[in-house]
Amino acid sequence: MAKSIDVSDVNIYYGDFKAVEGVNMTIKAKAVTAFIGPSGCGKSTFLRTLNRMHEVIPGARVEGKITVSGQDLYDPAVDPVEVRRMVGMVFQRPNPFPTMSIYDNVLAGNKLNAKRMKKAEADEIVEKSLRGANLWNEVKDRLGKPGMGLSGGQQQRLCIARAIAVEPQVLLMDEPCSALDPISTAAIEDLIHELKDRYTIVIVTHNMQQAARVSDDTGFFNLKAAGQPGHLVEFNPTKKMFTNPDSESTEAYISGRFG
Amino acid sequence: MSTTPPDLETEEPLIQGPYAGVKFGRGDKAFSTVALASGVTILVTLAAVFVFLFIKGLPGFTADPEIFKPSSDSFWGYVGRLLFGTTFAAIIALLIAVPFSFALALFISHYAPRRIATPVAYVIDLLAAVPSVVFGLWGARTLAVSSQPVQRWFDHNLGWLPFFKGPASATGRTILIAGVVLAIMCIPIITAICREVFSQTPRLNEEAALALGATRWEMVRYAVFPHSRSGMVAAVMLGLGRALGETMAVSMVMSSTPIITLNMISSTNSATIASNIAANYKAEDNRIQTVLLATGLVLFLFTFLVNFVARYVAGRGERGQR
Repeated sequence: MAKSIDVSDVNIYYGDFKAVEGVNMTIKAKAVTAFIGPSGCGKSTFLRTLNRMHEVIPGARVEGKITVSGQDLYDPAVDPVEVRRMVGMVFQRPNPFPTMSIYDNVLAGNKLNAKRMKKAEADEIVEKSLRGANLWNEVKDRLGKPGMGLSGGQQQRLCIARAIAVEPQVLLMDEPCSALDPISTAAIEDLIHELKDRYTIVIVTHNMQQAARVSDDTGFFNLKAAGQPGHLVEFNPTKKMFTNPDSESTEAYISGRFG
Repeated sequence: MSTTPPDLETEEPLIQGPYAGVKFGRGDKAFSTVALASGVTILVTLAAVFVFLFIKGLPGFTADPEIFKPSSDSFWGYVGRLLFGTTFAAIIALLIAVPFSFALALFISHYAPRRIATPVAYVIDLLAAVPSVVFGLWGARTLAVSSQPVQRWFDHNLGWLPFFKGPASATGRTILIAGVVLAIMCIPIITAICREVFSQTPRLNEEAALALGATRWEMVRYAVFPHSRSGMVAAVMLGLGRALGETMAVSMVMSSTPIITLNMISSTNSATIASNIAANYKAEDNRIQTVLLATGLVLFLFTFLVNFVARYVAGRGERGQR
């Protein structure tokens, strides 16, 4: 059920401003792909085009082609709502629904499909998803409590559980650890390792060690100059990227000699 | 803007609690004094109104039953009928205004493109500035007349409901029309507040719903409504306050008597407390004046009660989920 993503000649705009240009890449199925690069280089923007979340911002639009196992996401016949059910997303800051319990948060996506679920079936999805997110043991005795009562790291794992409860084909993570402490970060990274057996994972991170630890492939985004659109400088297996990158600017960024 | 740092005074802080020990500058002191004064003024005004109504109205509670004839034979029967009319008109108004306002606010905050939303919001705000006398004139002269066929239709087709028992008023000036006029007067208030609250929904929560594959309406249900609930209750309360207390529009639209009837389209309508005061305050009889003040006191207390109950209900819902 994990699927690969092909990206060809993608340009991304906010109104008249071209934020990202000319992206080509192939994201492998059942692998972790990381995007790194300086702030404002368009890596999060690009990530959000993979589930059509970019276009919820007024005036935002995308040119080019993105296909998930052959299906063009931007085909006019494709409903963005369907795309987002197929491509899950975890955000920079944990965002459980504030008024919902832990249990209801996990099921939020499943309930959107509007089909009636039996209690036993729902319980099973909740347990499976929370176990999948390594959160089950911590919350199994307080599933009815509000999701906001958890710690930041637990909330983020709750959001991951919510995303995987609908069994998406791809999981996007936009700097999922940037608001978390090192212990919670380690927990999420372990989780990413486990999840890649089942999902295609794309993660944006500012932390290069994290990219090196969790990913199989890495893409480096950069700006040519301030005010210019961001672009993909290099896309290679992570090992190569961090030992022997093709581009000089990649090496400069990774080794901290940037700018 | 001054570029020098504010001159901090090293006096004893005025405030105990979490900010105790924090040094206060002159600006802090001035602001806290103004804030305190404003708060106290409001409370004092409210208390003064209450005391006035209480002292002047108290004799009304024990007034000579003679003056309530023929509609009633005691003060409580009289005020009960008026209270019924007040509540009934307000309920009609809110039944119309609340769904309409929520939908309108949602349209402005989440559905309409900005170039449509801004002018629509502006026009709705303007509606709030129209004096109630104008609404009353329009209701009595235009809406009542042109709605006669509709009211007759209700009579013919829905006559089996107590609300449309009829016979339909020949003038069209009924409590139904008064309710519609009240609704139009409540809509701008409820809409304006809801619009603000809806648009304050954290983007993070909205995106959480959208990223799960929520349609726009599902996003509203998952993110916008839960975030806005207490604001929506506050908006409805303000609307209700206007509906309960409105005087001119109601007394201009319908001629009314203190009776209890669910019939919304007949020519005998339940009076509301406020419109009853407006209709009779010039009475020669001093005793009637006193009775009117007493009904005013009842309205005052009733409004308070409704507010407290609504806040409690809304608060309980929220605490239950926390």
